Amino acid sequence: MMIFLKKSIVWVGYLIVLLILPQFFDSVLAVSIFNQMAIAIVFALSYNMLLGQGGMLSFGHAVYFGLGGFLAVHALIMIESETIYFSIIWIPLVGGLFGLLAALFIGTFSTHKAGTVFAMISLGIGELLAASSLIFVSFFGGEAGVSGDRTFGPSFFGVEFFQDIEIYYLGAVWVFIATLFMYLFTQTPAGKMANAVRDNPERAEFIGYSAKQVRYISFCASGLFAGVAGGLFALNYEFITEENLNAATSGRVLLMAYIGGLGYFIGPILGAVILTLMNSLLSNYSDLWMLYLGIMFLLTVLFLPRGFAGFIMMHQLAWVRHTMKSLVVPYLLTGLPALLFILTCIGLIELSHTGETELNYLGFSLDPTAAIDFVLLGMIAGGSLLLTKKSLPQLRKAWESANEIPEDAPSEKVE
Amino acid sequence: MLDVFIFATLNGLVTGLLLFMLASGLTLIFSMMGVLNFAHASFYMLGAYFAYSVSLQFGFWTGLILAPIIVGLLGAIVERYGLRRVHQHGHVAELVFTFGLAFLIEEAVQFFWGPDTKNYQSPDLLDFPLFTLFGQEFPAYRGFMIGISISIFIGLYYVLTKSRVGIIIQAAITHPHTVSNLGHNVPLIFMGVFGVGSGLAGLAGVIAGPVLTTFPGMAVVLGSIVFVIVVIGGLGSLAGAFIASIMIGLLQSYAIASDVGMPDLLNLLGFEFDRNHPLTDLWTLTLPQIAPILPYLLLVLVLIFRPTGLLGKREQ
Repeated sequence: MMIFLKKSIVWVGYLIVLLILPQFFDSVLAVSIFNQMAIAIVFALSYNMLLGQGGMLSFGHAVYFGLGGFLAVHALIMIESETIYFSIIWIPLVGGLFGLLAALFIGTFSTHKAGTVFAMISLGIGELLAASSLIFVSFFGGEAGVSGDRTFGPSFFGVEFFQDIEIYYLGAVWVFIATLFMYLFTQTPAGKMANAVRDNPERAEFIGYSAKQVRYISFCASGLFAGVAGGLFALNYEFITEENLNAATSGRVLLMAYIGGLGYFIGPILGAVILTLMNSLLSNYSDLWMLYLGIMFLLTVLFLPRGFAGFIMMHQLAWVRHTMKSLVVPYLLTGLPALLFILTCIGLIELSHTGETELNYLGFSLDPTAAIDFVLLGMIAGGSLLLTKKSLPQLRKAWESANEIPEDAPSEKVE
Repeated sequence: MLDVFIFATLNGLVTGLLLFMLASGLTLIFSMMGVLNFAHASFYMLGAYFAYSVSLQFGFWTGLILAPIIVGLLGAIVERYGLRRVHQHGHVAELVFTFGLAFLIEEAVQFFWGPDTKNYQSPDLLDFPLFTLFGQEFPAYRGFMIGISISIFIGLYYVLTKSRVGIIIQAAITHPHTVSNLGHNVPLIFMGVFGVGSGLAGLAGVIAGPVLTTFPGMAVVLGSIVFVIVVIGGLGSLAGAFIASIMIGLLQSYAIASDVGMPDLLNLLGFEFDRNHPLTDLWTLTLPQIAPILPYLLLVLVLIFRPTGLLGKREQ
């Protein structure tokens, strides 16, 4: 009972955060970022159902997102021409059902094996569809894509969805429902078996489950929610193009889920929020943000294999044992020089790439033609890197003592 | 008709052999480390860009030799400090790492060389028609590409099957522990193979750059096709990769050169069709139109019906 209550509080909190966010940030830009986040969260979570929970690495997940989105836009067009008659609040469901339909078909032959074979089939199907979308113009609209209008159809209690903020609230409700159902899915026997098949398909088969069938169920559920995300995209932008189902979109969702942390339910949510923020805020300041994203992704794979969520969860033991305080100073001692190093590196990159005669970076005015600026930045970078390296041993020591289990105490149970 | 056929065959051979230079390295790396290197085509792109930069200073021929060496060294560094580190986290992490690397290399290329197409030219020395057939010229540079690819193929085959190094490599693929116990440095062998594979991809980039244009998207264009080849040929099989490369090269070349399509088929069968039908896109498909998706169609079919590929080993 207590656990149930505790969990419900988390969910109610999540809903409240979703609903009151626009009260604090109500600019047009903020609302548009929130809308992007909502789409990204559902999409990344659906991807995690495949890779994180089912162990299926997909390079073509945008297929279900895109197909759901295309059908959603076509549904909008049909509502406009009064071929069908229902409120547009159901559009994400339309997208989801089409995503499910596509997954039901494709899953029959792609889920036989996980691993490389699955990855290659998903890549092949992704490329196949991306290429066909330029050929079948009547459904995909060629390079221009298809567009609809969300203001037709019966109004929903007087709301006509003219404004982005109205779409945000609709999206927030859908995101909440989708997140809740995806979480509940992980608690069902099917969700638990998906974990078992991911970790050891052979054993799962020995206790009587068909690994293929278990994968198939996860795959279809994942397609459904990717389609919901596509439907949300269609509602928000009112158009969709071939770009939304090609390899670049598939790659982006992989980045989101991985940077956020695959093993944790909250990971992809974190990743979606971080990447959307980076995308919309950093791209205003620098046209090199994709380069930074690439570097960040590689560093995550190399040093934080369980993503940001994994990094946070690493501190669980220290938190339980109330030793977090002893970690603050060592973290600052290592973190501050590391931050300085990163900032100066970005400064160097920006300085060597700027086309103007003066670069204003973090309040400093730098001259790209003066060698002295480069040398100075290089020296700061080198110095801070040295400091970071020097401070690593004390951090490691502090970490070990914070997580050390006293010998006389009974061994504590983590998790 | 015959001239179209002959030229389509020649062009298909050029593409196929070029693809094989990439696929051979990729399949060799796969059989060693069990990881499909997503960044393989990125090394091909780096080869073209390095060669372009070198050729501006020292001419094409220096670039032809220097660029693959630089790319090979870069590949070795990636294996030593990147892949080997991620290896402990499992295959998915390795695959994701190479995927991220491909992403990063594309962005880095745009950072250093800019997003526009580079004017990388074939050398003047090879700027003459090799022969003229049916009034159509076949450029000597394409002949040169065929020559390089075939000599690489023969060289690779000879090294792998006849030389001492090749025999150790082959042994390390199947029995890494035994080879290690015999006193060979297996991690070094892995690094070397990765480096040489990347270098081969770089060489392919050097000779393909002038023909297929040098631009930041060139890795993406070729990358997934090379995957298709390696999978169709059978993962880890060099001979399979060779057959699949030539097959895909010819298939695409014939499809583009042909001028038949659904309308012809329907006419042949005696069907009439309506231009305003909702499925009109399907009725009016032509073979050149679907040429780019043929490899992927083939890939999906092969994976469904023969997951081990043409010459792949039977799974245990």
